[in-house]
Amino acid sequence: MPPRFDAPPLDCASHPPVDLVIRGARLLDPRAGLDGVADIVIRGGEIAEITEGANAPDGAEVVDAGDLTAVPAFVDPHVHLRTPGREDEEDIDSGTRAAAAGGFCAILAQPNTDPVVDNASILAALRERARREARIPTGFMAAVTVGQDGEALTEMAELADLGAAGFTDDGRPVARAGILRQALQYQKLAGRLIALHEEDPSLSGHGVMHEGAVAALLGMAGIPSISESTMIARDAQIALYEDAAIHIQHLSARESVEAIERAKDAGVAITCEASPHHLCLTDEAVRSLDAGFKMNPPLRSADDRQALVDGLRSGAIDCVATDHAPHAREEKEQPFEVAPMGVTGLETSFAALHTDLVEPGVLDLGTVVERMTAGGAPFGLPVPTLAAGQPANVTLLDLAATWQVGEPGYESRSANCAFDGRRMTGRVRMTIAAGAVAYRERSWAIGAVPA
Amino acid sequence: MRKNLISIDDLTRADIDRILALAASFAEVSGREIKKVPTLRGRTVINLFYEASTRTSSSFELAAKRLSADLVSVKSVGSSVDKGESLKDTVLTLSAYDPAAVVIRSPHAGAAGLVARWTTASVINAGDGKHEHPTQALLDVYTLWRRLGTLDGLNLWIVGDVLHSRVARSCVLAFTRMGAEVTVCGPPTLIPREFEQLGCRVAYSLDDAGEADVLYALRMQRERMAGAYVPSLREYAANYQIDGRRLGAGQLLMHPGPVNRGVELASEVIDSPQALITQQVESGVVVRMAVLYELLAGSGAPAPADAEPAPAPIGAA
Amino acid sequence: MNDNVVLDAEDMRRTLVRISHEIVEKTGGSRLAVVGIHRRGAVLAQRVRDLVADLVGEPIPLGDIDISFYRDDVAIRSQPTVHASHIEFPVDGMTIVLVDDVLYTGRTVRAAIDALFDYGRPARIQLAVVADRGHRELPIRPDYVGKNLPTAASERVFVRVTELDGVDEVTIGERMAA
Repeated sequence: MPPRFDAPPLDCASHPPVDLVIRGARLLDPRAGLDGVADIVIRGGEIAEITEGANAPDGAEVVDAGDLTAVPAFVDPHVHLRTPGREDEEDIDSGTRAAAAGGFCAILAQPNTDPVVDNASILAALRERARREARIPTGFMAAVTVGQDGEALTEMAELADLGAAGFTDDGRPVARAGILRQALQYQKLAGRLIALHEEDPSLSGHGVMHEGAVAALLGMAGIPSISESTMIARDAQIALYEDAAIHIQHLSARESVEAIERAKDAGVAITCEASPHHLCLTDEAVRSLDAGFKMNPPLRSADDRQALVDGLRSGAIDCVATDHAPHAREEKEQPFEVAPMGVTGLETSFAALHTDLVEPGVLDLGTVVERMTAGGAPFGLPVPTLAAGQPANVTLLDLAATWQVGEPGYESRSANCAFDGRRMTGRVRMTIAAGAVAYRERSWAIGAVPA
Repeated sequence: MRKNLISIDDLTRADIDRILALAASFAEVSGREIKKVPTLRGRTVINLFYEASTRTSSSFELAAKRLSADLVSVKSVGSSVDKGESLKDTVLTLSAYDPAAVVIRSPHAGAAGLVARWTTASVINAGDGKHEHPTQALLDVYTLWRRLGTLDGLNLWIVGDVLHSRVARSCVLAFTRMGAEVTVCGPPTLIPREFEQLGCRVAYSLDDAGEADVLYALRMQRERMAGAYVPSLREYAANYQIDGRRLGAGQLLMHPGPVNRGVELASEVIDSPQALITQQVESGVVVRMAVLYELLAGSGAPAPADAEPAPAPIGAA
Repeated sequence: MNDNVVLDAEDMRRTLVRISHEIVEKTGGSRLAVVGIHRRGAVLAQRVRDLVADLVGEPIPLGDIDISFYRDDVAIRSQPTVHASHIEFPVDGMTIVLVDDVLYTGRTVRAAIDALFDYGRPARIQLAVVADRGHRELPIRPDYVGKNLPTAASERVFVRVTELDGVDEVTIGERMAA
């Protein structure tokens, strides 16, 4: 499908574009039909050639990548940078460093900050900060409604002109169908994708976890799957009626995957994402009553998880998005019902999917790479690819490296990672984003050999 | 020796049997002129109650005192907790008293488990949100055990607002562990989805309740009307109230208290000889003494270097 | 079992008879009760009470005490099974003969005395034991002794009773590793 929207601008601190050769890595880019050992020559931040036995340009750094895998770098359309308002939890610098450490070359920041990004001056200020502080290209989404209150639309056309990458009220649903319809109508003018957090408040109520056997045992209010799937079905119909494009965020349930499939079959311009934690974990993790496993939407049953994995494999789910949601340690160290919802995920996204899905043979590595690079496409961003003439967006992976999550610390300011303490296989060694080296994994970097 | 009592799931059947026998010993102590034993002398028990409760908190207080322990009671109203001190900070502050045990009641599930992370004292869950209330279940088991001997094959019905009841959860776990068959019964809006996974049957009407040996009624709170769970108390009473007609001749009646007369129980059954409600309250102190003894005996610091040997071993058994 | 039998069933029977006579002699005229310390002390107490009651021709109250709640090492050691105590007669003004199988450090008897005082105020308390193995750590002395058995700390004295062990005997053996 041709992209519906023009590419929104992304902002980044300027870094010198590199001359660099990645020697001897296995290159994997299913979209480009690439799977084999070759060298990548990067000149002036652009991929100059992909060939075996390449000549290194003068002064170029040569990265000996003999036992590594090079893939197009990842894109995450769903990251919470907590800026402005909670820079203690994360800021543009720490958040983009975390993204780079996770192999990402671009992210889209969510607007549910304090204050909410619902007007031109906040958006402009953020973009200005990103031009100074962001390690990798960063886009900023703006709210659909003022204050994310679900009542009045924001000035979407102006915000789009000023560079909003898309619109979302993420954190909350656009509960009233009438408001959503108006926003979708307005999309014809504003020209940006609307991403939706799907939840019916009258069904989710005071729920804090998946409504199922574990919630029954723990005596905690549950959020039923139908809270999510009924809203998806509703919004898909409205989008079809208005010929609008919508992107469904953080899918969590089998019923939701089915609603997406029906909508796609019916011709709705609908895309969707799923997070590593929903693809790897279930509500069994919540038995511990550890608020580190509390997020919205919640971790659901093994059957729901299976549906998400199948959906990712088939492409019903278009991309992986982490919904990286930093929280201060003392806020997560509270009783489950009281603690805030959300987990970080940028630094563990690839490793978790590799360890829990690729290694056991549930998903192909190629599929995971495709889905992790596809996050920007619905928004109009180009998909990173390994091909001559393309800007250099490359992630070097060590698929054999084992490590313990949290043991080397985190780039993120916050440590509320759902995989904290787990042993994983698969590590990002280096990330090249928009032609500049954004990240080198410390212990491995000592081995790099300059020409 | 077990360290904490957070959930009934922490206890095996053998553990429960042992606690029942201990409680019976303490019942003998409670029958004496001097109702105290010096067992926990010099050790400190902290009662940390974030929810108002006269019944449970005074029961734990008396249990600790009858074991000669020093008791510190912290109620959230009027304390630094009200001023926003976090649960963690409160526990760390109270740790300065070097408590042997912390008894915690909280409106939030998992609070007891969290407290156990922050203290080396034994932690006893006196009710965490709607999750569990293990000592209530244990005293209910004890009350029936004293009355009937064994609970194997006992047919127990728990009737009422199961969704919001930590007593129901702990009782289902405890009674099934002791060999009873448990059925929960209430309005469909007040029984959680997949509740059978806990090991009980689910029923939405009292039609078959005549088969039960024991009817255990839960408190029906008026606030549930606000949540639209039940259209009216009248409708609830019509379908689920246990009255003289519904309480069969050989059936025993239990309730965790306090009773809403006229709602879940009719007055005539509350005062009938089939009701074990007063016995349940009496059981509370000795069962809590047994739990304190079970967790704290053998859990203290190792004996000093010039240790005294134990009293003469009692034979080779 | 490489234990040494120092008293066999017949020895034990004669010992208990002698103790019973001594009790009647020393306590003549007092209101008497016999209380055994769990577990084997309670069994022995029953035999002693029956013998004494026979001698005086009157019923004598019998009780038993579990000292678990009175031990001085509650915090330190994991606890053996607790049995309930049974003292169903008024204790005030009585002469109570405590009965135990082996007297060693004296701590068990101290705990039993404390327990008894929680039931009331006896006129006096006397102590009868089948074996006294020495190594006292408290100023406690028996009034009636079956047999003095000086032992090393590494040894153990076992008193076995038919009701619990199938045989009546007293043996000395090596302390087994825990």
